[in-house]
Amino acid sequence: MTTPVLSIRNLSVEIPTRQGIVKPVDGVSYDVGKGEILGVVGESGAGKSMAGNAVIGLLNAPAHISGGEIWLNGRRIDPLKGEDMRRLRGKEIGMIFQDPLTSLNPLLTIGDQLTETMLTHLPISRKEARERAIAALEEVGIPGAAERIDSYPHEFSGGMRQRVVIALALCAEPSLVIADEPTTALDVSVQAQIISLLKRLCHERGTAVMLITHDMGVIAEAADRVAVMYAGRLAELGTVRDVLTVPQHPYTHGLMASTPLASQGRKRLHQIPGAMPRLHHMPDGCAFHPRCPHARDKCRAAPLPPVANERAACWFPMLPEEVQ
Amino acid sequence: MSAYVTVRGLTRVFDVSKPWLNRVLEGRKKAFLTAVSDVDFEIEERTTYALVGESGSGKSTIGKMLVGLLNPSEGNVEVEGVNLMTEADADRIAASRSNIQMIFQDPYASLNPRWRVRDIIVEPVAAQGGKTEGLAEKLLEQVGLHASDAGKFPHEFSGGQRQRICIARSLASEPRLIVCDEPTSALDVSVQAQVLNLMSDLKDEFGLTYLLITHDLTVVRHMADRIGVLYLGRLVEEADPETLFNTPKHPYTQMLLSAAPRMDAFGREVPPPQGEIPDPIDPPSGCAFHPRCPIATDVCRKDRPAMRALAASKVACHLAE
Amino acid sequence: MTTEVKDKGRWQRFLESDFFYAFKRSPVALVSFAVVCLLVLSAVFAPLIAPTNPFDPASLNLMDGFTPPLEPNAFTGNTFLLGTDDQGRDVFSTILYGMRVSLFVGVAAVLFAMVLGIVLGLVSGYFGGWTETIIMRVADVQLTFPSILVAMLIFGVAKGFTPVEYRDQMAIWVLILAIGLSDWVQFARVVRGATLVEKNKEYVAAARMIGRSPWAIMIKHILPNALSPVLVIATISLALAIIAEATLSFLGVGAPPTQPSLGTLIRIGQGFLFSGEWWILFFPACTLLALALSVNLLGDWLRDALNPRLR
Ligand SMILES: Nc1ncnc2c1ncn2[C@@H]1O[C@H](COP(=O)(O)OP(=O)(O)O)[C@@H](O)[C@H]1O
Ligand SMILES: Nc1ncnc2c1ncn2[C@@H]1O[C@H](COP(=O)(O)OP(=O)(O)O)[C@@H](O)[C@H]1O
Ligand code: SF4
Ligand SMILES: [Mg+2]
Ligand SMILES: [Mg+2]
Repeated sequence: MTTPVLSIRNLSVEIPTRQGIVKPVDGVSYDVGKGEILGVVGESGAGKSMAGNAVIGLLNAPAHISGGEIWLNGRRIDPLKGEDMRRLRGKEIGMIFQDPLTSLNPLLTIGDQLTETMLTHLPISRKEARERAIAALEEVGIPGAAERIDSYPHEFSGGMRQRVVIALALCAEPSLVIADEPTTALDVSVQAQIISLLKRLCHERGTAVMLITHDMGVIAEAADRVAVMYAGRLAELGTVRDVLTVPQHPYTHGLMASTPLASQGRKRLHQIPGAMPRLHHMPDGCAFHPRCPHARDKCRAAPLPPVANERAACWFPMLPEEVQ
Repeated sequence: MSAYVTVRGLTRVFDVSKPWLNRVLEGRKKAFLTAVSDVDFEIEERTTYALVGESGSGKSTIGKMLVGLLNPSEGNVEVEGVNLMTEADADRIAASRSNIQMIFQDPYASLNPRWRVRDIIVEPVAAQGGKTEGLAEKLLEQVGLHASDAGKFPHEFSGGQRQRICIARSLASEPRLIVCDEPTSALDVSVQAQVLNLMSDLKDEFGLTYLLITHDLTVVRHMADRIGVLYLGRLVEEADPETLFNTPKHPYTQMLLSAAPRMDAFGREVPPPQGEIPDPIDPPSGCAFHPRCPIATDVCRKDRPAMRALAASKVACHLAE
Repeated sequence: MTTEVKDKGRWQRFLESDFFYAFKRSPVALVSFAVVCLLVLSAVFAPLIAPTNPFDPASLNLMDGFTPPLEPNAFTGNTFLLGTDDQGRDVFSTILYGMRVSLFVGVAAVLFAMVLGIVLGLVSGYFGGWTETIIMRVADVQLTFPSILVAMLIFGVAKGFTPVEYRDQMAIWVLILAIGLSDWVQFARVVRGATLVEKNKEYVAAARMIGRSPWAIMIKHILPNALSPVLVIATISLALAIIAEATLSFLGVGAPPTQPSLGTLIRIGQGFLFSGEWWILFFPACTLLALALSVNLLGDWLRDALNPRLR
């Protein structure tokens, strides 16, 4: 078996607060392989962004990695600091955020930003970099790339800006791209364009993509495998088809069932009672047990449920016949 | 059944010119943005009418004109036979207005952080000098919260709970019509399900009429009795959900439906839609959709299509069939 | 069923707040708050604390004049904590009474500036248009002059309008007016800024929709959400107003000698500095410094505590 591009083992992130230490990410493990899109899905506050930021060393103090390992192409990167980490970012890991404006410098033309990034990371000349920049913009579908390369970010629409960000994230040919809610701020038609672009680039170049989103629909369309997060922990991990058609974790099942679907008609939506626990009031045992219809005493006891059968972190995984 | 709300020729133009001095110095003309252009629709009593469209299509502007937060530039809004634009009797207008309430998208910005939940909920009644004893507690229980939550402040609640508080406030004055502007867009799916179920229950319980504004097609399909699709401030198609989702007639509706992510579409490879929404300050001639439309012809570039009946739908397209 | 539940009181909420937590853990805040409290309380209770009433001619003895601190007077044998001035007034007592005047003028001027600034800021932010243009242009013009100059100008003009026989009586009020008018701009700006942000929030739309009047919305909805920055500015302004008052009084255009403030005391004291009676200047000056500095430090801390993003 080939080594995965990104491999996270037992990753934990801690934040000391006035009410005590909280763990927004708690013992999370997953891999992303070459040319694969791993969807990381969960409700807001589940720790998806925190886990992504931990990989690129962008945790804001006082949050810090408190345990576990992060491996990139067989090299351990979680102990890296300062300059080493900065070089890794951009060169080996590209980033795409929800708001394209946060990743673009409003004072530089997009051409300058692209060529700067390439010159820092690739052994090429300025002229070559500019040619490659135009090619990169064409590749992400910016019409008239040669003329628009000298425009400033604010001269583009939201969808076009996100394309520029994708070009920027990919221009140094990284082996991993972390896309944190890349389409959440966009309209459905633009979202469809951006997703299809991401999929195409990733499969053509063999880039590994960690696609963070709260939208199951996006996961279904784009991802190869999916990691479902709940309250900082991994709830379920598997191929998209398996997890979405026969979910084993009651949380995944509840999440799927509460999405309005055409096939359900207009009957009442399935509800997961309650809300995700606050980090300061994390329940013992399985974090989902207060909302879980199948919870028993074993779930409430202190030790966390294992990721049994490599799929769901649940003592009593749901059987296919329980999932209508 | 009768139309509770009738909207005719509703139009809203915003003056988006730069300040006077800049215009003179830079030699620019005044600029106008037509956010809503000649929109007609009717909402039957005790039904849910949904307006869908992408951002900037004028959904919120229509909602705000309905509740009186904005004045139309042209056109009429008629509620229970009272024309809110031309009616001279201020009391009748006030009476109609108090029958309309609104729920907003952002559950964080729509509650005053310095007010207790009790005061927030009863404000619509208290402002009119009505009796508010125990009202907040009763409404809180109706929307699935606790009577004891009345003394708390908004920051003590999650997004979904805040949206319930907003719903409680909108119910306080016993309205007949509630305009819901993206009520669940800021919520997670599991919480969205709770809020949508609550909205359905309240509709049955109080005989409410909803104008549901959203960009989320799954929500529309689940909730609406009738759907209007907006593009660049114009109504392009109107139908009931079955018809609209099974046989969309307008090319824009077809594009929108195919672009929406689907949970059963593993690795679906469909060509994504082309182009982007044009600048509303300088909209395309004729049919506003023609630059992106796969079947557009010359007539589309010249004439703006009128709404016409086509099978069970109404479509504003020259070529749809 | 509705159960009566006791809401958490303001005080209870305050004690549990992050604000109070941060306060307890900041030495600067604790010390400056303690100093401010000490000074304010001793000013307020001056008649109870001061050994003599320096403005009661009956209690004065010219023979006590120029007594150094903590030394018995050569003629009368009386000892004074901080010495006496040329008239034989106890410096400690004059400082306590002077601080009363300084604080009264400072607080009243800031309150005046605050009310004026809040009203103008709310109105210009909420209504916009010409109202806003006029108010904010006036503010801009006023900001181009040092505020002490503006205060002196207003003081001179107002004094000109006061009949001669009332001048001394009215001096304090004219001073308050002058300092207050020179200081409203900051309040107006910050309140206008907050209003522009808040008025676009949906809770204001909700209030407009149910037909609340613009004034009800401004006062009940927007103002409570704009108060934190106002509090910060008020505290910092108080330090500045106390200094401004002292400056004016030092220049002889402020509090009259019959109602001396700390500034007046410093002016009187500087005449004796080079003849060796340093204490007449030194102690009032130290008091002014301690008062202004501690209020200012408190204001700085407040700004950091209430608006972490500004740091
Ligand atoms: N400075 C902080 N102090 C305490 N909790 C924090 C802090 N920053 C983030 N969190 C918490 O960390 C959790 C994870 O956040 P995040 O990773 O952004 O979630 P997601 O991206 O899944 O929505 C959230 O519950 C959030 O409230
Ligand atoms: N107060 C306003 N001034 C100028 N333009 C506005 C104003 N409100 C809305 N618009 C414009 O009107 C159009 C429709 O806006 P809106 O009704 O908010 O759309 P939606 O709710 O469908 O996203 C947008 O192009 C928007 O920029
Ligand atoms: S471990 Fe127990 S509580 Fe947790 S999801 Fe499984 S069945 Fe439910
Ligand atoms: Mg996030
Ligand atoms: Mg809107």
